[in-house]
Amino acid sequence: MLTLYARRRLINAIGLGISALAMLFGLLWLGWILWTLLANGLPQLSMAVLTQMTPPPNSAGGLLNAIAGSLMMTFLAALIGTPIGILAGTYLAEFGQRGWLAPTTRFINDVLLSAPSIVIGLFIYEMYVIKIGHFSGWAGALALSILVIPIVIRTTENMLRLVPNTLREAAAALGAPQWKVINLVTLRAARAGIITGVLLAVARISGETAPLLFTSLNNQFWSSDMNQPMANLPVVIFQFAMSPYQDWQSLAWAGALLITFSVLSLNIMARVLFRQKSTTY
Amino acid sequence: MGAEKTVTPKLVVRDLNFYYGAERALKDINLTIPEKMVTAFIGPSGCGKSTMLRTFNRMYQLYPKQKATGEVLLDGENILDKKQDLNTLRAKIGMVFQKPTPFPMSIYDNIAFGAKLYENLSRHDMDERVEWALRKAALWTEAKDKLKQSGTGLSGGQQQRLCIARAIAVKPQILLLDEPTSALDPISTAHIEKLIDELKAEFTIIIVTHNMQQAARVSDYTAYMYLGDLIEFGDTSTVFTNPKRKETEDYITGRFG
Repeated sequence: MLTLYARRRLINAIGLGISALAMLFGLLWLGWILWTLLANGLPQLSMAVLTQMTPPPNSAGGLLNAIAGSLMMTFLAALIGTPIGILAGTYLAEFGQRGWLAPTTRFINDVLLSAPSIVIGLFIYEMYVIKIGHFSGWAGALALSILVIPIVIRTTENMLRLVPNTLREAAAALGAPQWKVINLVTLRAARAGIITGVLLAVARISGETAPLLFTSLNNQFWSSDMNQPMANLPVVIFQFAMSPYQDWQSLAWAGALLITFSVLSLNIMARVLFRQKSTTY
Repeated sequence: MGAEKTVTPKLVVRDLNFYYGAERALKDINLTIPEKMVTAFIGPSGCGKSTMLRTFNRMYQLYPKQKATGEVLLDGENILDKKQDLNTLRAKIGMVFQKPTPFPMSIYDNIAFGAKLYENLSRHDMDERVEWALRKAALWTEAKDKLKQSGTGLSGGQQQRLCIARAIAVKPQILLLDEPTSALDPISTAHIEKLIDELKAEFTIIIVTHNMQQAARVSDYTAYMYLGDLIEFGDTSTVFTNPKRKETEDYITGRFG
């Protein structure tokens, strides 16, 4: 006969054991993915990958145009999406207590947040690519920016809500009008969290393939003209990995490794930034 | 304490009622707060003392479901009037909160924040104003070498004095203190009580406190509130030694509350 206390300890041990197993099971896949990537991708990494253009089948080359294209489109998407996201998130957090507009916006934003990215690619294809008549880097950046906006809105709103109301009251008590309270105090207090959100949004879009298939497509050659089809890592990986050519497959592994580790380091950066902030404030 | 001073009314409250939605939190309050003295509001939790304070600078207006009726006259003008501009009112009536609320910026900028809103001070004048406010708040010696450092890096007691400095830097007429020492250690509390005593030469001070000894120590007038009613208001020494109402006596002697 177990005492009540011994029983409680046993149940605790069982619960803890199950939780730990579940965690290991989840981590196993991440570890496996990273291991496979490293094993297959690392041998393919060379200076050529970073300095040469995507090659025709059965010849040597690199991923320079794809890397540059991805960087340009991601940067542009963040540039378009961040201000819209921060402004809308600020509206929801600071002005959204009354009326119907804020709850409606919040709901629509949640829908947008979970919208399949391929749908967004198709939308830009229909609204922009068809009207213009050809694939382009602009279209790619536009599609990615639509993915950025809801993420930034959500994190901005959440981070502003974490700012204690007493801070708003303290600023208002000095006679500061609301726009100054928001600009000088609450946004500043939430700054690290908001930047974290932007970084996470960038991490999210840098691996997106589906919205780019219909918008920027691909380009085998160097092009910095945003009005032309543009090479990018996810689509190149998609195309090269599916091909029967050994060289292309090797490049796809190298590209996958590059993307995964840049996303990983973006995530870690976001973590570190947020952690630093949470301890000082 | 201040019985022999001449008393000028600063804030006159007439038939004040306050509502959180349908709940009535203040009931027909009438009282007169004298100028350049310390008036304390005491009473058990939920009695309406903080609510009272928040009507004086209309802080409640930040929240959609709260409203006040009646009159609060500041030098004869009703501040509850719709035409009253909130920001200029709050520049005249400063407030310090229960928990220290330093802004996420340097000590200097914390203090300059309010002063910058309504005055166009030169760099030199602003430096002087910051020093003046920090000296008044007894923080100058501790803070003068780290004005550029973040205000959030100070200790709790220092942060609260920073908030007081920030409030007086605007040069308000009235200072509202909402349990300013309840989150502080005894030494910081003593600092702030001493400060209150010095500040009343220039400002009208209204303090809400849970600590009856504190009310007895720092205030000239005391108001005892219970469940939204003003039970007793008068000279602090009278309220504490010879209260007119039985309820006040019960609360003060610790038999209730």
